[in-house]
Amino acid sequence: MTAHVVASHASHGHGSKRSLVIGSALSILLTAIPFWLVMTGALSSPGATITAIFISAMVQIVVHVACFLHVDAKSEGGWTLLSFLFTAIIVVITIIGSVWVMYHMDANMMPR
Amino acid sequence: MSTTVTTQAGPRLWHAKEEHDHSGGATMIGFWIYLMSDALIFASLFAVYGVLSRNYAGGPGPKQLFDLSLVAVNTSLLLASSITFGVSMLAMAAGRTGRTMFWLAITGLLGAAFLGVELHEFASLVAEGAGPHRSAFLSSFFTLVGTHGTHVAFGLVWLVVLLMQIGKRGLTDDNRRRVMCLSMFWHFLDIVWIGVFTFVYLLGVIR
Repeated sequence: MTAHVVASHASHGHGSKRSLVIGSALSILLTAIPFWLVMTGALSSPGATITAIFISAMVQIVVHVACFLHVDAKSEGGWTLLSFLFTAIIVVITIIGSVWVMYHMDANMMPR
Repeated sequence: MSTTVTTQAGPRLWHAKEEHDHSGGATMIGFWIYLMSDALIFASLFAVYGVLSRNYAGGPGPKQLFDLSLVAVNTSLLLASSITFGVSMLAMAAGRTGRTMFWLAITGLLGAAFLGVELHEFASLVAEGAGPHRSAFLSSFFTLVGTHGTHVAFGLVWLVVLLMQIGKRGLTDDNRRRVMCLSMFWHFLDIVWIGVFTFVYLLGVIR
């Protein structure tokens, strides 16, 4: 019974040494790249730098969710993945939607 | 007589264990749903910052205020604490109580250092006259980053209490479940910080 309990707990959350090492290496790299780009100004165009730091952040969030939080199609019968994807959609709509709406409010309604 | 006792004791024992195991699983998914709702709180704070971050009211902007090398130190501390928490989880899976507590304590120290750096940053901003009341940009900055810092502070309280509980009772099933919930909470805060250092600090200094 104890073995069964340990096994069922291991299936959600402990992770493996391999996923920890891969996740750590990738996240150190994906943190170092954007800081290095911004602090040294390695890319001459700000647009390219902004694109690069956003891509780094997106990839690093996926790395954390996969390697540290162990969210995949199998954990909790897929419910963690499904709720994560649902939340991610709402988060994107909230942030991009607010900025988009307020930008146009500002552009169209401020007296000039 | 003896048969009645075994039939009574048998199912009850089995039932209790099954119930416990089941509730452990439900705790994890329930805590995950809580974290997702927390993600929505942070999404609205990010949205507020996105809308207000250019309204300086004649005050200082991100370029004058943010010290990126300090943020880099801070980010490294939080990332390191996420990694040490992972090491502690592996020790727990191996059933090594002392090792689990050691790495949890290291995680706590890194988290406390992160919080210390953040409080130092806040204090120097306020001392420069760039407190939350200075402009809409600074109000939304302090709200977003402060909410994240508050989460880390409560995570630290949880961590210390959990260390005392493990010290007293060892790695019982209940304590294992608690460590796993705190692990999710801690990694989640690191994910939110990725958004903060990208969206607030790095982007603020570029534009």
